[in-house]
Amino acid sequence: MIIKLFKLIFILFFINFSIFSAFAENKKVEEISKNLRCLICQGQSVYDSNSEFALSVKILISEKLISGSTESEIYDFLKSKYGDWIVYEPEFNKSTLLLWILPLFLFIFGGLLIVRKVIINRSIK
Amino acid sequence: MKIKLQFIFVFLIIIFVLSIFFKSLFENKNYIPEKIINKLDNQSITEFYSSKNYKLKDLFSPEEYIILNIWASWCVPCRQEHLHITNLSVVDNLKVVGLNYKDKKNNAGKFLSDLGNPYDIILIDKNGTESIFLGAYGVPETFLIDSELNILKKYIGPINLEDELEIKKLIK
Repeated sequence: MIIKLFKLIFILFFINFSIFSAFAENKKVEEISKNLRCLICQGQSVYDSNSEFALSVKILISEKLISGSTESEIYDFLKSKYGDWIVYEPEFNKSTLLLWILPLFLFIFGGLLIVRKVIINRSIK
Repeated sequence: MKIKLQFIFVFLIIIFVLSIFFKSLFENKNYIPEKIINKLDNQSITEFYSSKNYKLKDLFSPEEYIILNIWASWCVPCRQEHLHITNLSVVDNLKVVGLNYKDKKNNAGKFLSDLGNPYDIILIDKNGTESIFLGAYGVPETFLIDSELNILKKYIGPINLEDELEIKKLIK
């Protein structure tokens, strides 16, 4: 009786474990595919799209994850095939320097303007 | 005077922004991965009939060019370009390789028996991942490659008479 119970628990544990690990892997595929643009239905992410291309990319991601690739390796692989455009986050390089720097610059500039105004107001008082 | 200057400044900025918006109304904003990779990997792909694996490089005889055509029976433009692929299949130093994309074997067989089989060899891409390795993202897509697997030309979408003539010219 006890042995049977143990067997049952063991089987349940095993099923649970396999479901959980499949779930975790799907989570990772989801996470990566949300950061990728679909080339067929532009404006959608690979995660949202159900085009043949997007479905294939999702399969490829899970295959790569199973074979032990890291997330950034997968991005690099897809970038090498389709260009930087496929990832949502633009890479930091010469041509995107302005894109990254400008908001920071504007933020500092605006901050300085406010500080200046405050100082002037205080000195008037 | 100062207010007038400010007004002109704001007006100019608005004109500038509107002109950018207006200009981009007519621009094509679709991204096409035209020339990202210049060379294909020597990947191994399964053959359609025998289910044997072939490396891409092994498909070449020396001094030969390959047309790698991605097609599927469910793809309507593939029927359109089929005539041109057939015309290319009789060119001497050109091998026509088909890559059957996400298709059912029966349907693909029927497509070929209906329209004729121009391919010297047909490979299968069952779940679309082989095409990602090629840098392709849909059907139909056609690559002209040399024996070193350099991509000489890539056609996204169905090829037409003009493309057919261009390919013939390129491999002369």
